[in-house]
Amino acid sequence: MALLDVKNLHAAYGTTRVLHGIDFSLEEGSITALLGANGAGKTTTLRALCGMVDTQGEVSFAGSRIDGKATEDVVRLGIAHVPDGRGTFVNLSTEENLRLGAYVRKDRKGVEEDFERIYGYFPRLKERRHQQAGTLSGGEQQMLAVSRALMLRPRLLLLDEPSFGLAPLIVREIFEIMRTINRKEKTSILLVEQNAAMALDLASRAYVVETGRVVLSGSAEEIKQDEAVRRSYLGY
Amino acid sequence: MDALLQQVFAGLATGGIYASVALALVMIYQATHHLNFAQGEMAMFSTYLAWSMINAGFGYWAAFFLTVSLSFVLGVVIERVIIRPVENAPVLSVVVVFIGLLVILNSVTGWIYTYTIKTFPSPFPTAPLFGNKFVSSHQIGAIGITLVVLLLLFSFFRFTPLGLAMRAAAQNPVSAKLVGIRVGWMLALGWGLAAAIGSIAGMMVAPIVFLDPNMMGGILLYAFAAALVGGVDSPGGAVFGGFLVGVLENVLGAFVIGNELKLAVALVLIIGVLVVKPSGFFGKVNVSRV
Repeated sequence: MALLDVKNLHAAYGTTRVLHGIDFSLEEGSITALLGANGAGKTTTLRALCGMVDTQGEVSFAGSRIDGKATEDVVRLGIAHVPDGRGTFVNLSTEENLRLGAYVRKDRKGVEEDFERIYGYFPRLKERRHQQAGTLSGGEQQMLAVSRALMLRPRLLLLDEPSFGLAPLIVREIFEIMRTINRKEKTSILLVEQNAAMALDLASRAYVVETGRVVLSGSAEEIKQDEAVRRSYLGY
Repeated sequence: MDALLQQVFAGLATGGIYASVALALVMIYQATHHLNFAQGEMAMFSTYLAWSMINAGFGYWAAFFLTVSLSFVLGVVIERVIIRPVENAPVLSVVVVFIGLLVILNSVTGWIYTYTIKTFPSPFPTAPLFGNKFVSSHQIGAIGITLVVLLLLFSFFRFTPLGLAMRAAAQNPVSAKLVGIRVGWMLALGWGLAAAIGSIAGMMVAPIVFLDPNMMGGILLYAFAAALVGGVDSPGGAVFGGFLVGVLENVLGAFVIGNELKLAVALVLIIGVLVVKPSGFFGKVNVSRV
């Protein structure tokens, strides 16, 4: 059974409808990518999963329905969201940002261990742990956003455009770490990306979203071979 | 010289009270970006509760702590019942709600307790400490209690997970929800804390100005000045501003402009700060790289 199952998901901002019945699913332990152009509804899909917009339709996580749940309760089920724009607490220190990521966890010892684990992945954050997070560079803030989400020890990690506005080298570093985390810690990842080539290298499965609907789905290999995808998103 | 010192100490004592009220204002401002005009009346109402308890035979400190706890609960209830529904309303609607709350609390208190001025006991000895001639024991006690409250609050926000969560919720509610913080409850908690701090200020000032439903009017104005001078989003600044306003008001009132114009000091400060340095002395200028 799929870890995440989305059926006929609709969403709207006020009267503007953005999602018109999205269907997709994500296997436990996999990396699944949602691809699509600007405004296709990828970010809204992630927001809908977390109860951040008004939705209709079914969302099941680990067998139980989560649509209509408050964001705070979705988080408690083990879904961590790295929002677009990174959502840094700019006036708090790096360490406080990370501590907040583990806010709902009760195992204090595990949390302390996770600090070290995450500083192991991102040594730069350890150097800057007492620094005000708003003064970190864009790349460091993205690392911080991912790390804050990992502090939850999530079952499912939602990543919204982790490559946005970053230098290619840093993007590669972050993607490598995502791959490691997926393999080593069996964290399932739902990745939203405009950088289709990188996303398809990382993901095992992909869905192409256009104007609020899934227009194509398949394994990452199949999607890469698809003529239309190649022309529209991969650019060759 | 003696007269000046006396005025300075008296200023520090009332300044401590302005600081507490300013701190309560800043707490709510940080979380919601609204200035709670009813803060003073909430404190006044709490002080009447304490007065009732003391009259019913409770010891001073029992009444004190009971009042602080009860005020906390009342603050939470006010947020949940009255403020919550206008959370996303335009700022003017919220201001009107605050003013409505002010008038309601003021009249209800007058209705229950009448407008007759009452005395309120001080927990501190009447004889000045060490026989000094500058400052009464109550003044020293009030300053001490302000500092203790400040230290407790600072520790709470700096060192406890709940304090961190409240700061996070005030700063970035969307991200706070994404890490699982119940932002609505954090706001309610902020109101509770503000009401509790206000009640302490009320109980400390009542022995000086006597208890009546209008006792906090002037004090709230000084507290606004204090909060603005310190920077309306800076708790430490609010406390600094409180002491500064207290001393200025007393010294200027005694030696320069006379007691009749004391309240004008607060207004001049408010206008002066807003014109010259709107962020106040310690107001945060956010640094962020994009």
